Amino acid sequence: MANILVYALQYEGAFNKNSLGAVSEAAKLAAEIGGEAHAIVVGQGVSDDLAGTLGNYGATKVLNVEGPEGLAQPVVDAMAAAVAAGDYGYAIFGGGLLGFEVGAGLAARLDAGVAMEITAVRVEGGKLVAERPILGDSAISQISFRSDVGIIISRLNAFEIKETGGTAAVESLSVEFSPFSGQATMITRGEQRGADVDIEGADVLIAGGRGLGAEEGFELCEALATAFGGNSAVAATRAVVDAGWFPYAGQIGQTGKTVAPKLYLAAGISGAIQHKVGMQGAENIVAINKDANAPIFEFSDLGIVGDLNKIMPKLTEAVKAKKGA
Amino acid sequence: MKICVLVKEVPDAAVQKKIDPATGRMDRSGEKNLNPYDTHAIEAAMQLKESGAMAVDEVVAVTMGPDSAERALHKAVSLGADRSIHLADDSLAGSDVAATGYALSKVLEKEAPDLVLLGQQSDDGECYTIGAVVADHLEFPSLTQVIKIDVEGGTKLRAERQAEYGYDTVEINLPAVISVGDAINEPRYPSLKAIMGAKKKPLDKVSAADSGIDAAKVGGDNSAAQWTGSSEPPKKEAGRIIEDEDTAETVDQIVAWLDERKLI
Ligand SMILES: Cc1cc2nc3c(=O)[nH]c(=O)nc-3n(C[C@H](O)[C@H](O)[C@H](O)COP(=O)(O)OP(=O)(O)OC[C@H]3O[C@@H](n4cnc5c(N)ncnc54)[C@H](O)[C@@H]3O)c2cc1C
Ligand SMILES: Nc1ncnc2c1ncn2[C@@H]1O[C@H](COP(=O)(O)O)[C@@H](O)[C@H]1O
Repeated sequence: MANILVYALQYEGAFNKNSLGAVSEAAKLAAEIGGEAHAIVVGQGVSDDLAGTLGNYGATKVLNVEGPEGLAQPVVDAMAAAVAAGDYGYAIFGGGLLGFEVGAGLAARLDAGVAMEITAVRVEGGKLVAERPILGDSAISQISFRSDVGIIISRLNAFEIKETGGTAAVESLSVEFSPFSGQATMITRGEQRGADVDIEGADVLIAGGRGLGAEEGFELCEALATAFGGNSAVAATRAVVDAGWFPYAGQIGQTGKTVAPKLYLAAGISGAIQHKVGMQGAENIVAINKDANAPIFEFSDLGIVGDLNKIMPKLTEAVKAKKGA
Repeated sequence: MKICVLVKEVPDAAVQKKIDPATGRMDRSGEKNLNPYDTHAIEAAMQLKESGAMAVDEVVAVTMGPDSAERALHKAVSLGADRSIHLADDSLAGSDVAATGYALSKVLEKEAPDLVLLGQQSDDGECYTIGAVVADHLEFPSLTQVIKIDVEGGTKLRAERQAEYGYDTVEINLPAVISVGDAINEPRYPSLKAIMGAKKKPLDKVSAADSGIDAAKVGGDNSAAQWTGSSEPPKKEAGRIIEDEDTAETVDQIVAWLDERKLI
């Protein structure tokens, strides 16, 4: 039971970066426990050439499954079939949303243990031990597995992508999907709500959250970004994107973008883990929040406890003045 | 039709959460409340019922937890649920996500709901996954983080949610399991009358055996994911904090800080 199975999410002909990180991590761990990393791809007409590129990240075998895309339960069926036919001790998922759903469903199917939000995995006595930060990242739990298969769902960007130059054998696996998997149908996928804003290339990001109070609150962020000038942009949390206040393309976090600007300034953002995972690589983190206990202050370099409606306009003027000086 | 809503009692947001160093389990003493995310699931059930989009006969709140969890059920009922079920059994203590989802699915199996709703995450567990576990056991289709539900022809839902590439619209045939995101609605406040009346609504207390739960699959010792220790994350240097009293001064300090780091 030494092999590791990795779910590789692909969309429109490209693999998800977090999946590639998971393949790299699995290859490293499999080598330590004396096994191989295999990847499984589920999709409509995914070419063997594309599937085979996972060899470059350390997979020795790729199972290519023809099936519906974007829904978790068909992937659970496929992975359960792969586990039944193979010799797997672990299944690993990169962070995202589908990975959580598939991993949890697979745990139920296999009566297996599952650990989520994992930031590191190590080998102890030939077995994997997963590390999960808890309680707003103030402590780290160590988790091991008693089931035949241990399921590890990583946090976004937890694993590093490593290109090995290797190649993988691609096998097609035909799967009989369970009747209930077919009861959900994708109608439209990946709809980009709102304008196409670019936040990944910006040096300065002014990010707004629910604390802005309304869609109009983003004007405060826009004004400050304009004052900084140059390569600056406005970004957002899922809460305000879901509310329709800001375009999806400007969302930072687990189901949005990962950014690493020189300066990230948060206005009215609580600092939920799912947001943090997308911006913790920023060089300088500044937060304005009226709640002194907001989690964002735990990882800010400069925290301002106060009302953004008072601070943002004055800050904008001061930045403008400084620029003009 | 019947909607079951999964609800959980969690430590109040104002309580500093900590871990019992002996067991690795969360210290759940102190003030507790209904998981705020679950109020959105109850509200979604109420809106489906009240809008008439679905012929909903009953909304049933279901929880698994210690005796105190009864209060979360009272709250759920005050928000509109018709009755509630409390799965309480010492043998369930310390169950991991997979075991909790399994145990809840056994209770749900007996209820045979047309729709199971739950919150996007529990404030303490933060796994976002109970729904997927429950769905696989029940053999129902499932979707998490849903922010819009439309009923089509009474037996089919059209659900929207954000996934890693943008917004997805998915059609799901009932029976189904759906976890709702907090953007789906603005939960109502319970009326005083509803709060007073909550304790009078039927509350079934069931044991693991009553629910046909296999004792070998639940509880801390039987859970397949085992906590084996904890450690402290590397210490990050604490950032500087400014309490805004005089905004002009605050802004000067921010600008000086940015200037020092050549960020302006
Ligand atoms: C599976 C999953 C995936 C997710 N993916 C993402 C993701 O990709 N990106 C993301 O961002 N989130 C994501 N989330 C949601 C995340 O958990 C949080 O709900 C979200 O980040 C909160 O957004 P917020 O900070 O804008 O709102 P809130 O948490 O409501 O915080 C608002 C803050 O504003 C402050 N405030 C209010 N008024 C003022 C004022 N006048 N002045 C100053 N401060 C004020 C409040 O004190 C509060 O701290 C995801 C959740 C799940 C379960
Ligand atoms: N013990 C429990 N009893 C009932 N429902 C639960 C329980 N634990 C979690 N849930 C439900 O599952 C949702 C997601 O929780 P989690 O997967 O822990 O983040 C919660 O919002 C609840 O609706």
